[in-house]
Amino acid sequence: MTDNVKRAVKTSEAGRGQKTGNFFKAVSAVVWKDLQAEFRSRELFSAMLVFSLLIILIFNFALELDIKTRQSVTAGVLWATFAFAGTLGLNRSMAIEKDRGCLDGLLLAPVDRSAIYFGKVLSNLAFMLIVEIIVLPVYSVLYNINLFQPGLLFVILLGSIGYVGVGTLLSTMSVQTRTRDILLPILLFPVVIPVLLAAVKASGGFLAGAELSDILLPINLLIAYDIIFIAVAFMVFDNVVEE
Amino acid sequence: MQDKPVTLKILDIVSVILLGVSTYLALVFAPTELVMGDVQRVFYFHIGTAWTALLGFILAAVFSVIYLIKKELKWDRLQVAAIEVSLVFFFITIVLGSIWARPAWNTWWTWDPRLTTAAVTELIYIAYFMLRQGIDDPDRRARFGAVYALVGGISAPITFFAIRLFRSIHPVVIGSANANQEKMNMTSDMRVAFFFALFAFTVIFIDLFWNRIRLGDLQEKVEQLKLKVTI
Repeated sequence: MTDNVKRAVKTSEAGRGQKTGNFFKAVSAVVWKDLQAEFRSRELFSAMLVFSLLIILIFNFALELDIKTRQSVTAGVLWATFAFAGTLGLNRSMAIEKDRGCLDGLLLAPVDRSAIYFGKVLSNLAFMLIVEIIVLPVYSVLYNINLFQPGLLFVILLGSIGYVGVGTLLSTMSVQTRTRDILLPILLFPVVIPVLLAAVKASGGFLAGAELSDILLPINLLIAYDIIFIAVAFMVFDNVVEE
Repeated sequence: MQDKPVTLKILDIVSVILLGVSTYLALVFAPTELVMGDVQRVFYFHIGTAWTALLGFILAAVFSVIYLIKKELKWDRLQVAAIEVSLVFFFITIVLGSIWARPAWNTWWTWDPRLTTAAVTELIYIAYFMLRQGIDDPDRRARFGAVYALVGGISAPITFFAIRLFRSIHPVVIGSANANQEKMNMTSDMRVAFFFALFAFTVIFIDLFWNRIRLGDLQEKVEQLKLKVTI
């Protein structure tokens, strides 16, 4: 068990009495410990980043990204990259908890289990967004497309929330199985297809400069998906960490 | 070892007879469709298996909610039985649909909402079994299975509506069709074959479901006996 977990326990104990304050303190303690551990080792972040750049490189050869194809497939390439890099991050972030016994420590903490879930979601989301924020300008420079449009960034945020919301729940399950390293993408991808579909459609719309009314439908779908699945994960998370 | 219940034995026989009659109705009794020809006969079994498979998946989602609330392994066995039978039925649906689509749409497969959702649903439930295989502890296996069946059960319909944002070319059998979709009009003889196939496959589904639940119970017993021996 690390100092961070002890701190998480301490923080939550200090906040006892004010229930909501306690909950948010527990969430931020989990996020903080993840970010700090990552800041020291940088293994998760560097792996995700290099992996995403490699995927873009592979797409470059696989799809012959000349100017014509580029316009139609940029949204797809971006989301495929985020999805693959995302599983890498989700797997690792949960595997670290499991390997070093941190998960047991977290579960011993006298806080609501869902606080652990939201904490992990926020830290996973942070990693994913940081990687995306670096991948976007690199892609922009490599392929001479301006990806820094507020609409597109908003779609990427919504899509990442949905992806990480479900991914955190499923990676918590997959690391506790025998086939842990290979299972997460198999569990996650079929379930997360609505997110990828809507995100690709909305991103493609923004990149092609479509009317806002055309893009609104996939964006609404993304919001609905985010809300539904975070609510479901919130309700069932107890069941996947129970010992 | 307990014997097979008599009702189940009778149901086994009834299922076989119903399958035979339904085959006769679909292949001989029903008139040949004017535009599509004989290949349309595949449709009776296509809908029959599709409907029961969807019924099974919905049942499985309900069982998983009940399991998560009650935590009794009985509901887990029901859920596995429903998903396993439905997975096979849905696969038959897809294969039959492909056979029909080859002459009708001139392709084995298109990325139409229904077809895509069917493929995704199959993959979700195959993943479900892969998840279960990786876990030894029965309680944890049941909990994880229930959670994943629930997540998958919610995601599949969302996938369907998401893909529906695009245009669909799948014929609408029941309910209103868009102007750009072909609509099937059935004669009364076709209706007989159609509804009989629905009925027959429902009975066959119940029969297989029951057999699978029995198998699950027996498996459970074997596991307990094995534990006793090792202790």
